[in-house]
Amino acid sequence: MKILVPLKRVIDPYAKVKPLGDGSGLDLSGIKFDINPFDEIAVEEAVRMKEKDGSHEIIVVSIGTSDSEEQLRKALAIGADRAILIETEHIYDSLGIAHELEAVVRAESPDLVLMGKQATDDDNNQAGQMLAARLGWPQATFASKVEAAGTRLQVTRETDSGEEVLELPLPSLVTADLRLNEPRYIALPGIIKARSKPLEKRPASVMSSPKTRTVRYDAPPARAAGRKVSSVDELVAALQEKGAL
Amino acid sequence: MSKLLLITFDGGAEGHQLAGFAQKLGLPFDVLCISGEAPTEIGAARVLNAGLAEVPPADALAEGLKSLVAGYSHIAGLSNMRSKDVLARLAGLIEAGMVTDVIGLQSPTSFTRPMVAGSVIATVEVLAEPVILTVRPAGFPADPVSGSSPVESVTLAASGQAQRISVTARGGARPDLSQARVVVSGGRPLGDAETFERVIGGFADALGGAAGATRAAVDSGIAANELQVGQTGKIVAPELYIAAGISGSTQHMAGIKDSKLIVAINKDPDAPIFEFADLGLVGDLFEVIPEIRAKLSV
Ligand SMILES: Cc1cc2nc3c(=O)[nH]c(=O)nc-3n(C[C@H](O)[C@H](O)[C@H](O)COP(=O)(O)OP(=O)(O)OC[C@H]3O[C@@H](n4cnc5c(N)ncnc54)[C@H](O)[C@@H]3O)c2cc1C
Ligand SMILES: Nc1ncnc2c1ncn2[C@@H]1O[C@H](COP(=O)(O)O)[C@@H](O)[C@H]1O
Repeated sequence: MKILVPLKRVIDPYAKVKPLGDGSGLDLSGIKFDINPFDEIAVEEAVRMKEKDGSHEIIVVSIGTSDSEEQLRKALAIGADRAILIETEHIYDSLGIAHELEAVVRAESPDLVLMGKQATDDDNNQAGQMLAARLGWPQATFASKVEAAGTRLQVTRETDSGEEVLELPLPSLVTADLRLNEPRYIALPGIIKARSKPLEKRPASVMSSPKTRTVRYDAPPARAAGRKVSSVDELVAALQEKGAL
Repeated sequence: MSKLLLITFDGGAEGHQLAGFAQKLGLPFDVLCISGEAPTEIGAARVLNAGLAEVPPADALAEGLKSLVAGYSHIAGLSNMRSKDVLARLAGLIEAGMVTDVIGLQSPTSFTRPMVAGSVIATVEVLAEPVILTVRPAGFPADPVSGSSPVESVTLAASGQAQRISVTARGGARPDLSQARVVVSGGRPLGDAETFERVIGGFADALGGAAGATRAAVDSGIAANELQVGQTGKIVAPELYIAAGISGSTQHMAGIKDSKLIVAINKDPDAPIFEFADLGLVGDLFEVIPEIRAKLSV
């Protein structure tokens, strides 16, 4: 089975991020970047599927500038077989990303696209579903368990009120939630091996005009300063006074 | 012409939650319900009920919605996992732009939404219609409306490739997290599922509220998945949010910012949660919670 894993270079999810004073963008000084955590989970899941059944090939793809090579190399170190960088400075919305990924899928013909449920910088949670729609493939979003059963997949997915199991024929698209797995620690041999794995650069082929555009970035409204109370009595009194109970 | 379609999945509550957004947007609107019945008293021009026995998987449902959404400039649902699953797929099908997690609007083509775990509020301009939106209702209180809307049945033909094999719904008798008036949440120090249920669940029940949890608590099997509150879990907006044994990570706080009153109980006086909490008490939650319950006789 051929598995394609799209991944995005994002701001380190543990960094404290602020908008620039004039609202024109984010203040990225001193900020580190990493693979979007949900995409790293997707790569890990693909590698585990391969470890169970060696016949899989795992291709990772990222759309962005040459900076994203670093994240593609990390995915190769986790265990992906080869990488594709769609090298571009075009500004995309999630629909535009889906268009670009659709072209990669048409060229590579994977059986499964496994990707993150959302990018932790834009928090859109859109591209996977849009790509599945473009391809006419069934989807299972928010996956917490993926099991291959012959030419079908059984995916346990998280829902607003619990979980459900979907069965999908291949080809299909799955988006990873946090509980799917815990990505491995990447050991040195993996990093060294990744250096010699193929990383191919291709130009963007669609570059559709975005249908939405972020025009301002502001700090969230500050909450009024709170106070510490020194005892349960004081807490209960304050709650009663505010009519919160 | 500009016109809004509200999409609800299984009944009246969602329509009521979206009514305030529809009023603020100010466009004439219809409300569609996939399974169950949409409310007739929220000011919609038409109520459209598809009457399906259950909500189909996203591939089938988005395909079925495609023809029903033709002619609308705005298509909106509540900001939850189900809407994100189905409406983003619909956006891909009809080539529409999408704005996730709308919390405010300046005009029918300019919306605000949180990004980077709520550290930043983005203003998003819609460059082409139609646009699909998922809406967080906390920012859009509804005004009462008089009169009732005409109801029509619509046909939604839904067949797809994904098959639902099983459904596990939990939650029991507690109010829904995203609608509860009081939420009591617990973190990693709750230790195990039984303790979480007794201490956090018990306190939530005593206050007539819902129980919530951090990712750390969910990941270590202390609390169920659907109780996770935060950037990648549920967004809550209760009158009272009580956080017990929760450090206050950016990702957790992203889910609770709309709460009216945040109370933190943490034994570490330097825990970041105290920077956000309206009322903070330094103490051991295993002593503090029983003491509060005793004082309130609940
Ligand atoms: C991509 C991504 C998405 C994430 N999404 C979410 C999300 O949606 N929601 C979420 O919650 N997290 C999320 N996280 C995880 C988040 O970063 C934190 O790791 C998590 O919120 C910490 O949970 P916690 O507060 O329970 O645990 P800890 O950080 O371990 O804090 C426990 C706290 O309890 C206090 N404590 C210990 N014992 C007691 C006691 N007896 N009485 C009182 N206080 C006590 C400690 O002082 C400490 O402050 C996400 C992380 C990433 C990377
Ligand atoms: N620039 C990108 N390159 C490759 N994949 C991407 C890119 N942006 C988003 N994705 C994929 O789409 C998913 C959802 O992104 P989003 O819709 O932005 O939340 C991510 O988890 C990635 O798998």
